[in-house]
Amino acid sequence: MSDYSLNQLKAIAAELRYLTVKMSLDGKAPHLGSGLSCLDILTAAYFGGLVIDPVNPDAIGRDRFILSKGHAVAALYATLSKRGYFGKEMLLTFNQENSCLPEHPTPKCIAGIEAATGSLGHGLSIGLGMAHAAQLKGLDYRVCVLLSDGECNEGSVWEAAMYAPAKKLNNMIAIVDYNKWQATGRSDEVLAISSLSAKWKAFGWETYEVDGHDLEALMGLIKNGGKGDKPTAIVAHTVKGKGVSFMEDDNNWHYRIPTVDELAKAKQELGLS
Amino acid sequence: MRNAFAKQLEELARVDPRVVLISGDIGNRMFDQFKAIAPDRFINAGIAEQNMIGVAAGLAMNGFRPFVYTITPFVTTRCMEQIRVDLCYHNLPVVIAGVGGGLSYASLGATHHSCEDVAMLRSLPNMTVMCPGDAVEVSELMEGSLGVDGPMYLRLGKKNEPVIHEKKPNLRIGFAHVLRNGADICVLSTGNVLPMADKVAKVLCYYGVSATLASMHTVKPLDKDYLRWAFEQHRLVISIEEHSRIGGLGSAVDQWMSENDPAHREFIGFGTDDKFAHGLGSQAYVRGVLGLDLNDILMKTVKHFQVLTPEIVTRVNDQLHLFTDEDVKS
Repeated sequence: MSDYSLNQLKAIAAELRYLTVKMSLDGKAPHLGSGLSCLDILTAAYFGGLVIDPVNPDAIGRDRFILSKGHAVAALYATLSKRGYFGKEMLLTFNQENSCLPEHPTPKCIAGIEAATGSLGHGLSIGLGMAHAAQLKGLDYRVCVLLSDGECNEGSVWEAAMYAPAKKLNNMIAIVDYNKWQATGRSDEVLAISSLSAKWKAFGWETYEVDGHDLEALMGLIKNGGKGDKPTAIVAHTVKGKGVSFMEDDNNWHYRIPTVDELAKAKQELGLS
Repeated sequence: MRNAFAKQLEELARVDPRVVLISGDIGNRMFDQFKAIAPDRFINAGIAEQNMIGVAAGLAMNGFRPFVYTITPFVTTRCMEQIRVDLCYHNLPVVIAGVGGGLSYASLGATHHSCEDVAMLRSLPNMTVMCPGDAVEVSELMEGSLGVDGPMYLRLGKKNEPVIHEKKPNLRIGFAHVLRNGADICVLSTGNVLPMADKVAKVLCYYGVSATLASMHTVKPLDKDYLRWAFEQHRLVISIEEHSRIGGLGSAVDQWMSENDPAHREFIGFGTDDKFAHGLGSQAYVRGVLGLDLNDILMKTVKHFQVLTPEIVTRVNDQLHLFTDEDVKS
């Protein structure tokens, strides 16, 4: 399924989770639950799912990845670093003064960041433009955009969702990290998000539902997505704060910063010594 | 200006494969020629302006030069955040072309007016703001836009406006274009009021006040060297725009003055009042409703000038009665 065995992928995801918790503590940055929620998706995308080359991060034919839920960027920084886009020491600059690794991704500062995000509901549209560009230039790269379920509150997401099938941008993959929470409430109670996969399907996307922590299933979907006769939507059922028992499905971790003790506990739980 | 936009875009698409047109579901037959030349580079993005700007950003990130086109308020204030984040933050070469700038679509009501767009877009880092005064300026600014590596706003009027430039002006983005030089008053015009500014300058000259007429087609970056020269050479500078007096060219000149302390500091900025028009009608009528009136501009300008230049008070006074509505309309 990729150059990595399932066990290797699991080990990578565990390490990335630890790094993400540590970055939240060191950088005093929130949104930890959101990062842990999508970490298996990032692992599957960057360690086999997408066609990328960290040595040539601007290669014209690379698959593009946009983290539209930009508040989870600590997890992406950790992933990019582990994948070789930049050194691990860079992670220490997360959320420090004069940093290229701020709390939301910034443009043209570090390799691997395709678009600056942070305001929700932007990434999918930018991705569509990139997908157009591929078709106009006769290139076969795909564009993968990771959204959050809370982000699907934004009307612009649905403008973009209607656009892709009409323009036959079948080289698109939209993944929704569906952890059932948004900043201050259950996502289905804030706005009617339920039947999320039925919504994407009704909008004309080839839609898949998947356990968003099943690395093997995610890998398969991302590898094969964006190659059919419709754009691909993947509704990934996830657990916010996944991997650290006392953070799982506890929305306080949308904003809370872990303590040194909690980091140690998380490390233990993740099986890292 | 509208037809000049379509024609020039066709020219650009013909020679430059990076040019893409994204329309917000308007311009029914207008782009037939463009579609014939570059069918795959014409995109009808539907009535979804937020997405439209994002799509343009994604294209520009991959080497294209998108022109995004729909009615002014919908391609500016409607999707302001996409412009700010997707285009300006990333500093991408996308032209936002708004048709019906200012009060061009006066009779359609205030939903279709845009007297705040320049103020809002001018405040965005990296943004170039261009307000062509006639069809000739539209074409030349569009040509020049391919040499600008950042987001641009092109504020178009409507169709069949008078053409003021008698010959090719060879405009350069960011540099004022002087149509006529005078000695007493400098009239700065931006956008679709160029015919009105031209008339103001002509009437002033007719009555013995020598007026310069300059088209400030680029409001940002502001041509500071020209402003310095204008304030040095003239006793009075006025600006005219079909835009709120809050935040447009007049505000930009005011700010420049306060920061640069020119030799003379006599300035009047004419623009629309800070209100929505309710009694609607033609463009000329709604201009009046919003306080942008040719006669009013002339009277205020001359009165101010008289205070500054007592030596010619008598001469102008003799003529003042002539500034009637009938006179300025003719």
